[in-house]
Amino acid sequence: MSAPVIWILIPFMSGAFILFFLHERISPMIGGVVAMTLAFAALIIPIDTALLLGSISIKISASIQFFGRSFVFHRADGPLLVIIYGLAALWFFGTPASGSANRFVSLGLMIVALLTASVAVEPFLFAALILDVAALLVIPLLVPPYQKPGRGILRFLVYQTLAMPFILFSGWMLAGVEGSPGNIGTTTQAGAMLGLGFAFLLAVFPLYNWIPMLTEEASPYVTGFLFWALPTFTVIFALGFLDRYSWLRTSPQLSNTIQFAGVFMVASGGLFASQQKHIGRIMGYASISGTGLLVLAMGLKSSELVNIIFLLLVPRGFELALWALALSIIKRKAFSLQFSEIKGLARNYPIAVSALILANLSIAGFPLLAGFPPRLALWQELAQQSLSISFWVLLGLIGLFIAAMRTLAVFVKAEENTNWEINESLPQITMLGLGVIGLFILGLIPQILQPFLANLPVLFDHLGQ
Amino acid sequence: MAVNLFSWIAVGLIVATSTIILINHDWRINLGALAGQYVAAFWLETRHLPFVMGSAKLITGWMVVAVLGMTCLGLSRVEEEKEDVFQSRGQWFRVILICILVLVSAGSSIQIEAAIPGIGLQVIAGSLILIGAGIVHLGLTSVTLRVILGLLSMLMGFEIIYGAVESSILVTGLLALTNLGLGVVGSYLLIAGSSTPIIEEET
Repeated sequence: MSAPVIWILIPFMSGAFILFFLHERISPMIGGVVAMTLAFAALIIPIDTALLLGSISIKISASIQFFGRSFVFHRADGPLLVIIYGLAALWFFGTPASGSANRFVSLGLMIVALLTASVAVEPFLFAALILDVAALLVIPLLVPPYQKPGRGILRFLVYQTLAMPFILFSGWMLAGVEGSPGNIGTTTQAGAMLGLGFAFLLAVFPLYNWIPMLTEEASPYVTGFLFWALPTFTVIFALGFLDRYSWLRTSPQLSNTIQFAGVFMVASGGLFASQQKHIGRIMGYASISGTGLLVLAMGLKSSELVNIIFLLLVPRGFELALWALALSIIKRKAFSLQFSEIKGLARNYPIAVSALILANLSIAGFPLLAGFPPRLALWQELAQQSLSISFWVLLGLIGLFIAAMRTLAVFVKAEENTNWEINESLPQITMLGLGVIGLFILGLIPQILQPFLANLPVLFDHLGQ
Repeated sequence: MAVNLFSWIAVGLIVATSTIILINHDWRINLGALAGQYVAAFWLETRHLPFVMGSAKLITGWMVVAVLGMTCLGLSRVEEEKEDVFQSRGQWFRVILICILVLVSAGSSIQIEAAIPGIGLQVIAGSLILIGAGIVHLGLTSVTLRVILGLLSMLMGFEIIYGAVESSILVTGLLALTNLGLGVVGSYLLIAGSSTPIIEEET
């Protein structure tokens, strides 16, 4: 047995099996258990190392050949697989509570398997193709069969498809740049193409207009999953580029460009979020701001770059899952999610509203919550490099904080003599409660992530050293 | 010599089919033009890729056309009429756009051929025209079928030029999968909204 079979083929086939053979009611449980088992397996089974179980010796080989190319997981990939499948399990277990669209778990498992394949494929450049195929699989989740596709979905499809040719072609050009690093013309062209490709993939300003549109058109839970999954793997893919090509890593112009793009995303995302009157759009802009932080961290001139990025990625999964779940619950009552329709809902859905506000505050970097430690670490590095960048980041986070306060104000604006009642179901209360506890644990004792994050810099030979 | 001549004919076919797709109202003719584009792309791709890989791309392309065609057959007249209204405006503007695109591609092809020798002028020209036509299409419309046609044209153009520099089977397979996926997703988006939700009773 090889690692790619376990962490790519098995979840993909499980997803296909759930899609075609299992009833929708049991699929979240089965999908969640599969993802949890894979996370647990990644935790206890070392890749490419003999494991003695009594008299039996087991060794999971690291690679598999497929059409002349390899899919490889190194030993250091273990903690990454634990994080990916652990967070995926959280999303799948939350599905019944969110009442999300059919096929979420099956297609979600297949998407996660494909995205994991994008981490393992060698040459790593081909990940662009796998990311595109994964983006295509997201479409049936975003558009239920009974709903006309909106402009946001079409734009998402266009942007994700446009990204792939840019990245593949720039990869080919970069090989030429390595051969003749003095050729400024080719270097600039390759850098520009690569930048455009990642701008489309990561929805860098102004290419993020599909995100708020999508939050209005599609199920919040599915959009939340999309906002978590795609940027996470795209960032890992981008780190691969920075690690592989030394001139990308050492170019001060590129570093400044990346930081500028990131700051623009954080600041504009936060400011736009503070102006919205639709709680779904606020989540969209908050996710843009969160992705901006990841982009900003990629431009750091520091050996802590990889640590900070992974420190940002884990709480992001928690925050978005909790926010999307709370939004899904509220959407059942207030379909449009406009401020005018959610007035006073804090008295009817107190747990969902609390979870939503806490998730928003965590993304804004509020102390004691999961988002605070990684933002503090990022700020510490940023402050050493540029105070103006730190200021714009602060402005963006203040925007997100204002959005949280405005949302809270609308939620508690109930008519007089309205009684407090809990309308959430037991599974909903359980999932929301676990999510909120998770936010506080990650905020108060972030060092519990240390065993998972400690070895991740090894994945990138040059960046993490 | 004959090979070069056929390659120029393929480029001419690409210009003609791109213009048809951009200005035509009828989805049947547009899909026919797309099928023609795949034939021209097949010829240009096999200048660098083995015949078998080119054939696989051609068959995949035709499968995409078939999938989209079967879906459009089932669509109501209302959808077609809505598209007709959109498409009947600014036809000369579109023709001029294609002319500009051909001129830009002609100029760029010579420069690219000089920078990356060995690909072939016809391959570069055909590829650039397809990429440009696809992007022009995407910029002009938000009708689902036309967006998919634009994306497929753009991808086809990219595949021609990328095939000249990368001949991996995995890449060819994944690109074919992307094309097929776009076709299937396109047909799903075309029929989405035509069914009513099934609400299961709470037990």
